[in-house]
Amino acid sequence: MSTHTHTHTDDNTKKEKRFEFNRRSFVSIMVVFAIVYLVGIGLWGLIMPEEAYAVDYGAKFVSPEISHPFGTDFMGRDMFSRCIKALSNSLIIGVLASIFSSFIALFMGVSSAVFGGWVDKFVNWCVDLCQGLPHLVLLILISFMLGKGVKGVTLAVIFTHWPSLTRIVRAEVMQVRSSQYVQAAYKMGKTKWQVAFGHILPHVIPSYIIGLILLFPHAIMHEASVTFLGFGLPKEMPAIGVILSESMDYLATGKWWLAVFPGLMLLVAVMLFDVIGDNLKKLWNPESGNE
Amino acid sequence: MQLKAENISFGYTEKSPLILDNISLTVESGERVGIVAPSGYGKSTLAKILAGYRMPTSGQVLLDGKPLPKSGYCPVQMIYQHPEQAVNPRWKMDKILRESWEPDEEILRKMGIEDSWMSRWPSELSGGELQRFCIARVLGPETKFLICDEITTMLDVITQAQIWHLLLEISEERNMGMIIITHNSALAKRVCTRIVDLTKINNVHSHTHTHFHDHEHGDEEGHTHH
Repeated sequence: MSTHTHTHTDDNTKKEKRFEFNRRSFVSIMVVFAIVYLVGIGLWGLIMPEEAYAVDYGAKFVSPEISHPFGTDFMGRDMFSRCIKALSNSLIIGVLASIFSSFIALFMGVSSAVFGGWVDKFVNWCVDLCQGLPHLVLLILISFMLGKGVKGVTLAVIFTHWPSLTRIVRAEVMQVRSSQYVQAAYKMGKTKWQVAFGHILPHVIPSYIIGLILLFPHAIMHEASVTFLGFGLPKEMPAIGVILSESMDYLATGKWWLAVFPGLMLLVAVMLFDVIGDNLKKLWNPESGNE
Repeated sequence: MQLKAENISFGYTEKSPLILDNISLTVESGERVGIVAPSGYGKSTLAKILAGYRMPTSGQVLLDGKPLPKSGYCPVQMIYQHPEQAVNPRWKMDKILRESWEPDEEILRKMGIEDSWMSRWPSELSGGELQRFCIARVLGPETKFLICDEITTMLDVITQAQIWHLLLEISEERNMGMIIITHNSALAKRVCTRIVDLTKINNVHSHTHTHFHDHEHGDEEGHTHH
């Protein structure tokens, strides 16, 4: 908030017509930075050759130095490259799973609000059921049932992350549908389609997209935790969860870099998604259009 | 043209008590009929039924002998008490104004709508300014009857006077019929050609009316001239 008040006094003292550094531009820069960082990691991991984190028994447990910034592990693999590759894998799985999960949420939320009656009751029942069970238990259950691996984790994340977004979408649609301006639009001769695309969608889409972005960190964290517990991605695949669970074996012997750097990378990635989501919320809200 | 309410009754469910009981009312083009009653007598409910927003439990609303159209532009349009709820907060004023027709310069000038307001969001205008937009956007050539549900209750007296002045001028020019719903009998006397007292024609038996009606809207004054 300090930047906020600061820019306001700036605006008052020098009333120039040139570019003003207000909160809007500050927020936009943060969002762009976060997106560039995350997309960069994702792409870097995709194009990274396997040799970058190849096994080298000649260099086991090297502590962090210039040639191996994050050190090496018990098979002499370069942890920096492995971290990037792992984070990239986690990001891609997390983002894909969130997107599909959000489709379920959009479909369930809209149909619940539009059809009402027993459809609404059924959707609410499903939401309560999903939210009533401990999240991680449900994730493990679904992933285990589907035979673990990439497929198991991805589907588990897809089927467990839609309830909160469903609630948001449902509430938004219901609120606009009963609003005076929608009723007035019908009386002004607008058709259902015109109202849906002119009034309802523009109202729902921003909350939906922000909800989707705020879903990414959850999905990535849960993917990592399920993998860490051994119900997710296979051991041979570089993944943050795998790296962290392997590091546990060597933590007591002082190999701190095996856990600290991958953990930090995951934390930063997750926090950046939050930065993007929260700031887009501010940018999209007409109430804060002048700040 | 003629807008006619025939034996209208309304209750929220079949079991709940009636809010409107057997109301009949006829309004001709060019007439300005005031419907006056304290809060709780079903004024707004009657307005919504007359404009086709709600279906009466029994009875019907006829426009020149035919029921109101279910789709397409409705010749009976309603203006609300709270303009900030009647506009989409995510649309700019320009788009809101042109939702159903293209108001010409003349109307905008008369309504006191300034060009600089067009590029703003609704949250950046005052209630009186928003209400001008809400009125202008339903003044299309197809509008034959206007139902005004306490449209100036929350505005200051100067804005009230301006808005009523404009509405009277435009409705006379277009020969529109108007139904003016208010609890303010001084205002009704000033702008209406005929006044209907809803307390006399709506004989629902409710004891809650007598105690609470004066507390809700105590702020409207009858100053409509300047």
